[in-house]
Amino acid sequence: MKKIIELKNISKAYDGETVLDHIDLDIYDNEFLTLLGPSGCGKTTTLRIIGGFEHPDEGDVTFLGERINDVPPHKRNVNTVFQKYALFPHLNVFENVAFPLRERKVPKAEIEQKVQEMLELVQLSHLAKRRVTGLSGGQQQRVAIARALIGRPKVLLLDEPLGALDLKLRKDMQQELKKIQKATGITFIFVTHDQEEALTMSDTIVVMSEGKIQQIGTPVDIYNEPQNAFVADFIGESNILDGVMLEDLKVRFSGHTFRCVDKGFQPKEPVDVVVRPEDVDIVSEEKGMLRGVVTSVTFMGVHYEVIVDIGGFKWMIQTTDFVDVDEHIGLSIDPDAIHIMKKSEYSGLYGDYSSFSNELDELSEPGEDESEDAE
Amino acid sequence: MTKKQTPFGGAVLAPYSLWALLFILVPLVFVAYYAFTDNAFAFTFDNVARFFTAKSVVDGVEQRTYLVIFWRSLKLAVISTVICLLLGYPLAYIMARASEKRQKLMMTLIMIPMWMNFLIRTYAWMTILQDTGILNSFLTTLGLGRVHIIGTEGAVVIGMVYDYLPYMVLPIYSIMAKMDVKLLEAARDLGCNSVSVLRRVIWPLSLPGVLSGITMVLIPSVSTFYISQKLGNGKFFLIGDAIEGQYVANNLHFAAAMAFILMVILLAAMAGMKKFTNHRVYGGDTL
Amino acid sequence: MKVTSKIYTAIIFIFLFAPIAILLVFSFNEAKSLSVFSGFSLKWYRELLRDEATLQSVRNTLLLAVSAMAISTVMGTAASVGIMKLRSKWLRATLNVATDIPMTNPDIITGISLMLMFVFVGRLLGLANSLSFWTMLIAHVTFCLPYVILQVLPRLRQMDPSLPEAAMDLGCTPMRAFFKVTIPEIMPGILTGAIMAFTMSLDDFVISYFTSGAGFQTLPIRIYNMTKKTVTPKMYALATIIFFVILALLLISNLTDKKEEKQKQ
Repeated sequence: MKKIIELKNISKAYDGETVLDHIDLDIYDNEFLTLLGPSGCGKTTTLRIIGGFEHPDEGDVTFLGERINDVPPHKRNVNTVFQKYALFPHLNVFENVAFPLRERKVPKAEIEQKVQEMLELVQLSHLAKRRVTGLSGGQQQRVAIARALIGRPKVLLLDEPLGALDLKLRKDMQQELKKIQKATGITFIFVTHDQEEALTMSDTIVVMSEGKIQQIGTPVDIYNEPQNAFVADFIGESNILDGVMLEDLKVRFSGHTFRCVDKGFQPKEPVDVVVRPEDVDIVSEEKGMLRGVVTSVTFMGVHYEVIVDIGGFKWMIQTTDFVDVDEHIGLSIDPDAIHIMKKSEYSGLYGDYSSFSNELDELSEPGEDESEDAE
Repeated sequence: MTKKQTPFGGAVLAPYSLWALLFILVPLVFVAYYAFTDNAFAFTFDNVARFFTAKSVVDGVEQRTYLVIFWRSLKLAVISTVICLLLGYPLAYIMARASEKRQKLMMTLIMIPMWMNFLIRTYAWMTILQDTGILNSFLTTLGLGRVHIIGTEGAVVIGMVYDYLPYMVLPIYSIMAKMDVKLLEAARDLGCNSVSVLRRVIWPLSLPGVLSGITMVLIPSVSTFYISQKLGNGKFFLIGDAIEGQYVANNLHFAAAMAFILMVILLAAMAGMKKFTNHRVYGGDTL
Repeated sequence: MKVTSKIYTAIIFIFLFAPIAILLVFSFNEAKSLSVFSGFSLKWYRELLRDEATLQSVRNTLLLAVSAMAISTVMGTAASVGIMKLRSKWLRATLNVATDIPMTNPDIITGISLMLMFVFVGRLLGLANSLSFWTMLIAHVTFCLPYVILQVLPRLRQMDPSLPEAAMDLGCTPMRAFFKVTIPEIMPGILTGAIMAFTMSLDDFVISYFTSGAGFQTLPIRIYNMTKKTVTPKMYALATIIFFVILALLLISNLTDKKEEKQKQ
C-alpha cells in the first residue's frame, strides 16, 4: 500500500497548553482511517494540521513524501467536510458544489456536467437549485460531501460530520460514507468521539487521548487486543482488574488463578486484566471460578446488564439469563476471554463499575449537545 | 480551539486605530488643554473657577450664574427623562405584546418622527406654542383664553419629551420583544399576579433597556441648546446654550472648561448608573 | 386592558404626529399665518425651489453624507475584521472604549473637542480658516464609524469561522475567501451600517455646527439659520418634503423586507 500522508513527531500547544504531544502517524492510499477519542484529545487539531488550518509547533507533515508544513490549505490536494458543514449560505446547492471548479476556472459546460454527476452520487440532483439553508441536516451533509469530493482530492477529511444527525440518519449515513469511500477510492480521515461509529466504518482506528496516540489498529484488533486501560475502557465496556502474570498462560486476579492465552511477560509481572462483560458466563455459586452478589440488574432489550460485587470490586456482566438482585452467583471465564495488558499511566483509572450509572454516562458524552442543528 | 484566521495582518486595524486616536481621543485631550489654559495657552484654573464662582444679578437677586444654569439643565433633563420613561415604558410594553404585523407598523410610526431632523420637530412645537400659535387660537375658539407657554421651562420640557421619546421607547421595546413569553408564563405558574409579574420579572429584565433609554434621553437633553433657544426664553438658558454662546463669542477656553466639567459629571453619572443596574439585574458587579 | 392600551397608543401617536401634521397643513397655506388657514396654495414650495442657498445645502448634505458613509463603511468593516483577530485584551478594551466615546458623549462635546483641535492645528499651520468641508467630513466619519462597527462586528462573531476555511480548503487564496465568502456573509451588517452612517450624517446638526466652515452649509445648518430669525412657511414646505421622502424610504425598505421574507419561505 502507498503511503500518502506522514505525520512525524508533531507537537502543538495553545497558550502553553499541549494539545498534541509528539504524534507519529502514517496514512495510506484508499483507507478509511478514524481518529477516535474523547473531546480535547487532539483529534480535531490533527485533522486541522493535515488540512493546513493549523501549523505544528514541531515536527513535519509530508504529502506523498514532500514536506507540506507551510503549504496553505488552498494548495493542498486535501478537502474537508466541516463539523457544521460550512455550506455557503449565499449560494444554492449547485453553486456550493461548483465552488471549487469555478475557482479553478473550469469551462462552464464541464462544471455543469461534473456537478450533476456529483449530485447524482449523493442523490441530490432534484435539489440543485434549492437554497442550502432550507435543507435538512442529512441533505446539507450530502452537499458538503459532494462539494469536498468534486475537486477529486487525494484525501478527504471529515470532522465529526455525523454529530448533528439523529440516530437513524446517522446509521444510514455511515453506510453511505463507506460506500462513497469504496466507490471513489479516496482516503478518508474521519474524526469522531463515537466508538461504535469508529468500529463499524473504519479500516484503521487511531485511538487518541491527551494529545497522544494510544493505539493504532483494525477495529477487531482494537476491540480484542486493547493496549492499555484507556483503550479498553473507551472502546466498548470492560472490567479492568489488577493482576499478576504468574507465568506464560497463567494469570492471577480476584483471588483466583486463571488460564489465559497471553505470554511473554516477566514472571510475577503486575498487569492489567481486561474481561469484556459479554464474555463472562453466569453459573451456579458452587461451580463459579469467582463468587459474588448481584447488586443491580438493568434490562437493555437484547440482554441484561448485571453488576456483580466480587470482593468489593464491581463487575459488569451482560447476559441473557435473568438473575435477581442480592442473588449469590458464580462466574466462569474462558481463557480466550481474558486479555492481559502491560501496566500504563491509565492503570487503576478505569474498569470498575462501582459508581456505574447509565444516566451519568450519557450526560458526560461529549459533543451530544450539538444536536440543535439536526434539522 | 479554532484560531481566528483572517487574510490580512494588523494592517486592517491600523487606519481605524489611528483615526480613533487622532479624532476621538486626542480631541478630548484638547478639551482639557483649552479648559486649563488662558488665551496665551498658559496654564490656569481661571476658566474652571469661573464656572463655579461667576455671579450675576437676576431680578435683583445675586446668584452664581453658571451653577444656576447647570442646575436648571440637569433639572429639566431629569424631568424630561422621567416623563419619557413614564410615557415610553407602557408603550414599549404594548408594542412588544402586539401582533407581529402591528409591531412593524408601530415601529415605522415611531421611526418617522425620529428620522425627521430635530430642528424641524422643535420648530414645529415653537409654532404651536407661540402666543399667536395654533394652540392659543384653538383655546380662544373654545373660549378658554390664552396660555403663555413659550419661553417657560414647561415649553422646553415639552420639546425635549417630544424630541427624545422615541429614544426611550426603542431600546426598552427591543429588550421586551426578545423576552421569552415562557418566562412570564412561568412566573404566573409560580403564583404571580399581573402586577407582581411586572414588578418581579418584566421590570428587572427590562432594566438594561431602561438604562440605555435613560442615557439616550438624558444626555442629549442635558446638553441641548437648540430646544432651549426656540422654546426657552433666553440666551443662556441651559448649559448647552452657555457653551454655544461662548463658542460664538470665540471664547474657546471657557467653552472648553464648561464642556470638560459637563463631560466629567456625565461620565461619573453613567458609571454610577451602570453599577446600579448591574447590581439590580445580576445581583452584583459581574461585569 | 386591550381597549386601554389602544387608547393609550393612539394618544401617544397623536402627540408624535400632531406637530408634523400641522406643519404639513400650513405648508399649503396661502397666508403667512400659523394659526389661520386662509386658502390652498403652493407658493411656499415655489419659493423654496427658488431658494438657491437651500438647494445648495441639500446638495452639500448629500455629498457629505455619501462621502462619510463610504469612508466609514470601508474603514469600519476593516476595523471589525481586525478587532475579531485581536489577541491582546488590553488593546481590545482600549478600542472598545474609544468606539464607545462618540456614541455616549454628548454631541456638543464631540463637536467642541474636534473644533478645538482643528482650530489649534489650523493656527499652527497658519491657516486663516481652519474649518472647511474637510473638517466636517472628518467629524462625520468619526461619529459614523462606531455605528458601522456596531453592525458589522456582531455579524462577524456570528459567522461560522469554518466558512472562510471551507473556501480556502476548496481552492481560494485567503484574500479571495474573504471577498467570496466572508463579505457576502456579513453583507447585511455592512449595509445596515452604511445606511445608519448615511442617515446619521444627513441628520446631524450639533457636530456639524461646530466643525463647519463658512463656505459649506449642510441642510440642518441651513434650517438652523432659517429658523434663527423670522418664522417663514418656506420651512414648512421643506419639512413636508422631508417627511414624504422619509415616508417613501421607510415604505420601500418595508417592502423589500417583505420580499426577502417571501423568498426565504
